[in-house]
Amino acid sequence: MSKYPEIADKLMSLKKAVTRFVTNGCQLSIGGFTVARNPMAAVYEIVRQGISDIHLVCHSNGQGLDVLIGAGCVKRVEIAYGGNGRYAPTCFRFRRAVEQGQIEFEDYSNYQMSLRFLAGSLSVPFIPTKSSLGSDLLRVQGFSEKIRKQRKVARKKFEVIQNPFAEEEDQVVLLPALTPDVAIIHAQYVGEDGTVRIKGLSFADVEQAKSADVLIVTCEEIVPRSYIRLDPDQNTLPPFFVDAIVKVPYGAHPTACFGFYDYDPNHLNLYKKVAKDDDSFKKYLDGWVYGVADHEEYLSRVGAAALLSIKANPVVGYAQGLDRK
Amino acid sequence: MLTYSANEMMALAAGRLIKDGDIVFAGTGVSMLAATAAKRIYAPKAVVFFETGGVDPILEEIPMAVADSRVMYGTCLNSGLIEAFSIVGHRKLHTVAFLGAAQIDRYGNLNTTSLGDYHRPKTRFSGSGGACDVASFASGVITFMQHDKRRFVEQLDYLTSVGWYQGGNSRQKLGLRRGGAIAVVTNLGLMKFDETSKEMVLAQYYPGVSVTKIVENTSFPLDVSGAAEAPPPSAEELRILREEVDPQKLIL
Repeated sequence: MSKYPEIADKLMSLKKAVTRFVTNGCQLSIGGFTVARNPMAAVYEIVRQGISDIHLVCHSNGQGLDVLIGAGCVKRVEIAYGGNGRYAPTCFRFRRAVEQGQIEFEDYSNYQMSLRFLAGSLSVPFIPTKSSLGSDLLRVQGFSEKIRKQRKVARKKFEVIQNPFAEEEDQVVLLPALTPDVAIIHAQYVGEDGTVRIKGLSFADVEQAKSADVLIVTCEEIVPRSYIRLDPDQNTLPPFFVDAIVKVPYGAHPTACFGFYDYDPNHLNLYKKVAKDDDSFKKYLDGWVYGVADHEEYLSRVGAAALLSIKANPVVGYAQGLDRK
Repeated sequence: MLTYSANEMMALAAGRLIKDGDIVFAGTGVSMLAATAAKRIYAPKAVVFFETGGVDPILEEIPMAVADSRVMYGTCLNSGLIEAFSIVGHRKLHTVAFLGAAQIDRYGNLNTTSLGDYHRPKTRFSGSGGACDVASFASGVITFMQHDKRRFVEQLDYLTSVGWYQGGNSRQKLGLRRGGAIAVVTNLGLMKFDETSKEMVLAQYYPGVSVTKIVENTSFPLDVSGAAEAPPPSAEELRILREEVDPQKLIL
């Protein structure tokens, strides 16, 4: 008998969740934003399993995006932003891959990508906005005609139409919906009934989660049904959207998880140093991803002292006074 | 005589442009300093918010990214991207956005995407992020730049975020209902835009910086006829910046 009978069929190891749902060539979306709540444990597991030809759709994933691209898992990316705050004004492996022609890429903006996920979550084929009129986002296409015929790739990047409800001239941009094969988000809490609670900012995680065919949620803690239902105003997603639940403490490291831990400046600075060079980046992956069996072993390599230094004050949500240089 | 850095002067020059009641969209780096300084020194009733969804955080410590947990504490609302962009473009609100860029042209259009051919760039940058969106929607944009000829260019390699587009009323003709470039704050001075032509003009040069130096570091012609020397930072402005805004000296 499972400790959590209500979610027994969804609760699984990270290895199993990735093996079952993340396949070569799938369209994948990961939650979080630059230095916050990237589902890094899942990203590392995808790299360890050698999943390839991923079509990544995201807005501003810093660390997760860069590791997936750097490890050669990504064939194609639709993106708004490839940076990681002060630790990487432009993500290093993303930059290298684009400059060397190693990946197919298409640029949108953050709001546009969020709207595209929203459209997917609402089951509508496209969504209008006034954003980007006059910009090169509407002049230059990243994907070739050949790529545009591929599965899950929109036939057009966008369409500009006259507002059908206006008498006067009024241009509107239509953006194609996104319906990824898989979305992976990292949450602070999942209830033993499967309810998801994200604390702090949710970014576009909710839209990404609901736009996907399959949703994997990794979490810091699984909490009692009575707790998660005591204050449902705080909850983010109902159980029936969730296909796999994986408990992975520190599952967003080295990115932050509000209320639990801060981003890890030492690790991000180490990454900054190694990611600029192909050989040193390969050694980084060998040591931190391929060389460990799972996230527990990864965390023991990070070390208790380092994890303690980024422990968040649970009241303010971050590690006060942390040396972040 | 007070000594101060270019970053300090930039943060204050931009902060001075913020007024009470402004809803300020902040990015990373110097823009974070400027937004925080504005609220603590010039416009206590301004509200700072982030594209990630954090609205009016306390900012006891400087965030290193717009998704930093520090933008989620002491807020009036923690939300997400869709909600944040509903604020940027809201017709009831006067929103001012701080942006940065790799290239800017005479009309305040910005490039944060790439140099050279888009498909096989010489240098790839982060991309739009929320910049293109706020440039489309905000009441006005203030841009931070390092002032040199490679960055102040005749022709952008890629137009990520629209300022005054091709000048005159061309921005409105695109279908963008409001907004445009208000000012450009650099390590040398403060630029604004001509009311009719929408071309960049020099408004202020910092103490110790010559007008000639600014012109020499700009690839397009710059009207300097209305330029005046910027007031230097006061002791109190510098104290607040150093002791309250960024005591850990993460950006200063």
